[in-house]
Formats: sequence, C-alpha cells, structure tokens
Amino acid sequence: MAQALPASSVISLHGSAARRRRERLVRTVMLSAAAATIVISAFIIETVLSQTLSFLGQINLGQLVGIGWFPRRGIFDIATILIGTIIVTVIAMIIATPVGLASAIYLSEYASPRVRRIVKPILEVLAGIPSVVVGFFALTVLTPALIKPLFNDANAFNLAAAGIGVGILSVPLVASVAEDAMRAVPRSLREASYGLGARKITTSLQVVFPAAVSGIVAALILATSRAIGETMVVAVAAGAPQARTLNPLDPGGTMTSAMVLLASGSDQVTGNSAAFQSLFFVGLLLFAITLALNVLGDAFVRRARQRY
Amino acid sequence: MSTIASSAGATQASVRAALTGKHRDTAGTVFQVALLASLLFSLAVLLVLVVDVLSKATPVFAERGVAFLTSPLSSNPAKAGVVQGIVGTAVLALIVAVVAIPIGLATAIYLEEYAGDTRFTRFVQVNIRNLAGVPSVVYGLLGLSVFVALANSLDGAGNGRNILAGGATLAVLVLPIVVITSIEALRAVPNSIREAGYGVGASQWEVIRKLILPSAMPGILTGVVLALSRALGETAPLVLAGAVLGSFSGLSLESLFSGSYTALPMIVYDWSRKPQEAFREDAAAAIVVLLAITLFANGIAILLRNRSEKAW
Amino acid sequence: MMAALSGDPLTTAEPLSPANPKPAKPEPIIELENLSFHYGKFRAVKDVTVSFVPNQITALIGPSGCGKSTLLRTINRMNDLIPGTKVEGRVSYHGQDLYAKDVDPVEVRRRIGMVFQKANPFPKSIYENIAFGPKVTGFKGDMDELVETSLRRAALWDDVKDKLGQSGLALSGGQQQRLCIARAIATNPDVILMDEPCSALDPRSTLQIEELMQELRKNYTILIVTHNMQQAGRASDNTVFLNMAEDRAGYVVEQGPTIGLFTNPKNQLTEDYVSGRFG
Ligand SMILES: Nc1ncnc2c1ncn2[C@@H]1O[C@H](COP(=O)(O)OP(=O)(O)OP(=O)(O)O)[C@@H](O)[C@H]1O
Ligand SMILES: [Mg+2]
Repeated sequence: MAQALPASSVISLHGSAARRRRERLVRTVMLSAAAATIVISAFIIETVLSQTLSFLGQINLGQLVGIGWFPRRGIFDIATILIGTIIVTVIAMIIATPVGLASAIYLSEYASPRVRRIVKPILEVLAGIPSVVVGFFALTVLTPALIKPLFNDANAFNLAAAGIGVGILSVPLVASVAEDAMRAVPRSLREASYGLGARKITTSLQVVFPAAVSGIVAALILATSRAIGETMVVAVAAGAPQARTLNPLDPGGTMTSAMVLLASGSDQVTGNSAAFQSLFFVGLLLFAITLALNVLGDAFVRRARQRY
Repeated sequence: MSTIASSAGATQASVRAALTGKHRDTAGTVFQVALLASLLFSLAVLLVLVVDVLSKATPVFAERGVAFLTSPLSSNPAKAGVVQGIVGTAVLALIVAVVAIPIGLATAIYLEEYAGDTRFTRFVQVNIRNLAGVPSVVYGLLGLSVFVALANSLDGAGNGRNILAGGATLAVLVLPIVVITSIEALRAVPNSIREAGYGVGASQWEVIRKLILPSAMPGILTGVVLALSRALGETAPLVLAGAVLGSFSGLSLESLFSGSYTALPMIVYDWSRKPQEAFREDAAAAIVVLLAITLFANGIAILLRNRSEKAW
Repeated sequence: MMAALSGDPLTTAEPLSPANPKPAKPEPIIELENLSFHYGKFRAVKDVTVSFVPNQITALIGPSGCGKSTLLRTINRMNDLIPGTKVEGRVSYHGQDLYAKDVDPVEVRRRIGMVFQKANPFPKSIYENIAFGPKVTGFKGDMDELVETSLRRAALWDDVKDKLGQSGLALSGGQQQRLCIARAIATNPDVILMDEPCSALDPRSTLQIEELMQELRKNYTILIVTHNMQQAGRASDNTVFLNMAEDRAGYVVEQGPTIGLFTNPKNQLTEDYVSGRFG
C-alpha cells in the first residue's frame, strides 16, 4: 500500500476539472427541477386567469345569474353550483368530523400500538380508494339502501348520497391530521391531568383535545378544502346541476362536477365557446377557494407545531 | 366505639372500591365504545364497498372470465371489456413514473441537499404545499390548455388529446406527493452519514447518490407508490385532458399516441352513468380490476421497500 | 491581548515527547495563521495561530463550547457544509492555502481524513465501509488487499475478518469507531482529524484506540480533540489549550509539548484546567 504523500512532492489540491463540472451540472439539473414546480403553478394561474377573462369578456354579466346551471344554453348561474358545493361539503363534514375526530382520539389516546398498526393501514386503504369507486358505491349502495328508504321522494341521483360519499373519503384525512396533533401534545400534560385524578375521558376531552385544537382545526379546514375539490363522487352519484335547488335529495352538482360534466358531454365543448371557457371560470373560483382554505389550514398546522 | 368501627369499615370499603375502580365509569365506557364505533364505521364502509363490488362483479367474471379483460369497449354490455383501460392505465402509470419520479426526486434533492434556507427555496416549498392541495380537476384544466395544446402542436395529425398529454397531466398532479414524501425521506437520513461521506473525500453528488439515496430509498419508494396509486385512480383530470369517454375501437400503440385512449377509472365512470343495469355489473367488474391493479402496485412497492431496507 | 498568548507556534518548541525524543525541526504539515471562524454573526474562534508537525499527535483541549470541533473542522473544510459560515486568516497544508480559490474541498478531505465523535459507519457492509472512500477517490489497485491492510492498521482485522459482508452497524461501539478509523486510513490521507473519538467508548476500547493512535503516528499526523486530560497526557506529543473569551469566541491560551504544558504550565488558566479546577 502506498505510503502517505511525501511532503516534498508538489501537491495539487485543485481536484479534477471533470468532477467539478459534473458536480455543477448535477446541481443545475436539480435546480431546474425545483424551478419547474414554479413554472407549473405559473401555468395553472396563467391559463385559468386568461381564459376566465376571455370568458367574462364574451358573456354579459347577467348570464351569471339565472334559473340554473345550463352552460350550453348560455346560462351560467354560479349560485347553483356554489349551493351544490355547499350542500355536499356540509353533508361530508357532518360525517367526517365526528367519525374522523373520534377515530383520532381513539388512535391517539386509547389504542394499543398493536391496534394502531392494524387500524392505520385500514384508514390508508380507505383514503386510497379511487373517488370514482366511491361514487359508484354512493350511487349503487348508499342511495338505494340508505337514502331511498329514509326519504322515498329522493331522486336516484342526489346530492345527499354524494355528500356522504365525500364524507367517507374525508374521514382518513381528518383522522390522520388530528391524530398527529393530539400525539404531539406532550406526555407531561396528560400525566398532570392523571395526577389530579382525572379519568381518561376527562383527560382526552378536556386536556388533550383543547391542547391540540390548532391541529384539529387544521384537520377540519384541510378536509373541507378536499371535500370542495372532490369531483368524481359527485359526478357519478349526484347527476348533473340543473335548476337551482336547495334540496339535497335532488340531483345537482358542485363546481367540480359541473366542470367534469361539461367536458364529458357527448358534444364535448371545445374551442372558444363561452361554455368551454366557463370551465376555466369555475376552475378559477375553485382554485381560489381551496387555496385560501389550504393556506389557512397550513397556518393552523404550523401554529400547532410551534406550541410544543 | 362500634359506630366508629363501622364507619371506619365503611370508609375502608369505599376506599377499596374507589381504588379498585369497581364503581362504574359509565360515561367513560360509553365514550370509549363510541370512539371504537367510529373507527369500525370506516372498516364497515370498506367492507360493504368491497363485498358489494365483488358481488356485482361476480356474474361478469363467472360468465365471461378472461374475455372481460381481453375484449375492447363496446356499447353492448354483454360484450364490453376493459382491455383498452388496462393498457391505458398501464401506459399512463409508466408515463407518470418516468416524468414525476425524476422531477420530484430532483426537486426534493435540491431543496434538502443543495439549497440553503433562501427565499427562493422557501417559495418553492410553499408552492409545492399549495400545489398538493389544488383539486385534481384543476390539473385537468392545465392538461387541457397546456399539454393537449403542446401535444397538438407536436403532432398536427391528431387533436392533441393523446395519452402523452393525459400522462403528463397526471404526472404534474402527483408531483407534489413525490416531492413531499421524498423530502421527508431525505430529511430522515442522519447527518452523520453525510459527514462520514464528505470526511473520506466524496463529492456532494457521490454522497447523495451512494449514501443518502440508498438510505432514503424505502421512504422514497413509499412516496412513489402513493403517487402512482393516486394517479391510477384519477378520473377528473383525464376527462378534461381528453381521454375518451365511451367506446372506441382500436388498440394499437399508434392509436394511443395519436388520439384515442382511455383508462380504467374512465371506464368505471362511463359505465356507472349508463342507464342499462348490465353496465353497472360491468362497472363493478372494472372496479375489481382497478383495485386489483392498485393492490398489485402496492404489493410490488412494499416488496421493493423491504428489499431496500434489508440491504442496509 | 490573547493573541499574544497564541503567537507562539508549536514548532518553535522542540517536541519533547518520550516517543519522539530526537530533537528535530520538521516542516509543519498544517499551519493556522490568525484563524478566525464565524457561524453567521457569531465568532466561534478568533485569532488562532498554531502549527502541526508531521508524525506527531496533537491534542486540542479546552472547555465545552470553546471551539475545538470548529477549529478541527476548518482544517479539512468540513465547515464549508454549514451555510453562512466564514473563515478569516490562513490555513495551510504543506504550505498551500487550503482556502485559496482554486482549491477543491473534496481534494482536501481526501488528504485530511476525519474520525467523528460518534462512530458513524455507513449503513453498508464492513467491506463496503472501507472500500467506499478508495472507490470515490479512484483507487485502481487491489481492493481486497487495501481493505485488509486498513483493517489491520486499525487493529480490527482479527475481529471482523470472517464477517466482512456484515453490516458495519452490527459491530460494538469500540469496533465501530475502529472501523471509522480504518475507513479514514483507507483513502490514504496524511493527516487524520479525530473529534473526541473515545467519548462514547468504555475504558478498554479507549485504551485500544489510544494504542492504535501510537501505531498510526508512524505514518500519519494526528490531531485529536479530547475532554479527557489523562488521554491528552498519555497519548499526545503536543497539546493546544483553548479557552472561551468573554464574547464566547475560542482562543489559544497555551500550546506546546504535552509534558511541559501539563507539568509546568505557563498560564494559570492552563494549570486550573489541566488540574480539573474548571471546564
Ligand atoms: N453549526 C453551528 N452553527 C452555529 N453555531 C455553532 C455551530 N456549531 C457550533 N457552534 C457554536 O460554536 C461554538 C463552538 O462550538 P464547538 O462545537 O466548536 O465547541 P467544542 O469546543 O467542540 O465543544 P464540545 O467540547 O462541547 O464539543 C459554540 O458556542 C457553539 O454553540
Ligand atoms: Mg466538539
């Protein structure tokens, strides 16, 4: 084996130029990838904004109010699909909030490590079910087996079943974000509570839950955003938006399902028609609403992290 | 005396009862049962969903067997099959993997390993978090107006609504998942490994490629699988980016790239909207195929993950 | 005022260690001149002037937080990896400025190896742990032989020769640290920096490492940071004592042959420190 370099020989510390070039190249490639993610956002915003502007220039604003959502007839009553979105989201959160939070409390406070190991993957599988499959489930199981028996005037396509389906899909998100928040509550707080003789239920509900409230709020906000953005459950199970309705048992649509239905009609709207461009108008609204909710939810997540 | 003794006895008994927890904590029990019930709700839904789909799909598989998998779409529910969907989904997954994995991983490596805490990197990170929350249907708009247009300008023959445009759309959609999970995986690699690598004279790229990436591989693979299974199940962006809804003929690779393609979830969507009851059963059968492919992909990933974990 | 204390490079004093009795005036292999180091706005080390002689062991001692690790890591440019740091003054190696523009830090680290406080084997096999450095530095010879020689020099060969394929993480703490030393040797550096290599080890493994260092000094120059005064006394030829100034910046209080510094310190602070009265 060669010995240590003799001190007398001239030592070059320049390194190989080829290696330096390679290092620089790799770094540039990585940097370009990171920059590409910004380009993607820029494209989304540019596309949606420019087409929306051209949509608004093409119609007269009176067309945004009408008896319902009939884009092919030039009636873009935005209230119709906003109401549909609200109905579906509210129903979804009515399901996802209690079920998701209760699951989170159970997983964080009650479950043994073994139970957690079994249950968490179940929630992950549930989260991974394609939404079109849940739509099928809502249409072929929830409506005939649950909605119809309860309300026999319900339509075969209705917003209520879609809302429940979206709620089912949102449970894992609520559960996992809320559980993270509760597990982040330091042990010492629980021990302080037990030290005062509190029971588990008291500790869970009156110590851990309030301490984790930022994270729980975040969970609900993020799930709401997800529910608003959920598309295929509604597109399959709720039929299509038509005349403005407040009745969850009617067929209807959300912003997202309206977009998909518009793009999937047999006459596939294209080109520069107002109907086509209304896609982008609705997309912009949806983008703005979900972005605002996500930013808000993120702020709560960060606040929850900072606490401890 | 006797009263004192008896009251002492009573105290003793009540203390013992209290300490042994004999008295009932009804609220606590009810609460716990309610919590458990909520968890079981998810399990029950999953169970009902799977059983229902399987029972609806059984007649299709029983009557037609493999033919369902190998026949093309058709307006006749007794003949319709999902071969185009299987091919389309497989090709889409391939495109997503080829596009999203390198870009996502490179972004994560840049943010975690190269970039300091600059304003640019913080901006990129916030941007990625926000992209992760953009509804998938909005990505469809991006696909429609950017990728379809791009594909159209590249290949004037078709209308640009080809599988490349669809695949690119899905790749962009799952990119944030790849980035976020890869960042987590890279962050979990202890700094001492980096220092050890630099300490023996490895360059940054050598440290990343030979030390950090192998250590982070299980986490990265998990993210990739998450991303792929998400892409496999997406429908809305494909509808907007121009996958064919409804039947079409032809299944050459050429047709995939020049225009008509579909994917399993598109088929599920189409068939579940059809009025004929027979199509509902076909849809259930298509769901079985879709779920089986997703499970299969997950299985492969878990296998890969365990492999790479064992190899240190 | 403190700079005056540190203005006395080691080489001006004759090495008096028993292991190296013949008086000589070898060329220093590493020289620090007026070295200051900043983490962002915080100056962790100021105005250090020291030189290190080949084939000797120099101990860096001083209270916790005085900048020993920082100083050590400037010598192989490990601190380049921490964003926002700044080096002032000169670090030279065989007379070449290590922070000159055209110097590649990777090249520096190939010649100035490092062993860390906590043993940090790669999550790879024992063989791969040793072979990694030579592979990236373009070693073309017989790898098996190199692995064996390195392990032998680190006094680890007999322990592991039958399980070269096993994970480096499966070894005991002392063995892991020797593996890290073997790994550092394998790239054939001429200086080895050791940052508290024994702090996580039991007395027996510590002694083994110390014996190993005596072996290694025949071929390498060793700089070792230690909190263990006995270790510094036993195992080193020269000692540099650092302390923290009011502003928490580290400076050199006294330096010189270990025996002299321990038995007859010139500075009261040194005496207090080596006798365990502070630190
Ligand atoms: N990465 C860093 N960023 C900012 N400050 C640092 C960093 N590393 C060390 N410091 C600071 O520099 C000073 C010197 O630290 P250093 O680790 O060199 O001390 P040390 O003498 O090795 O201490 P110890 O004996 O405890 O290992 C300390 O005040 C420390 O807080
Ligand atoms: Mg230190």
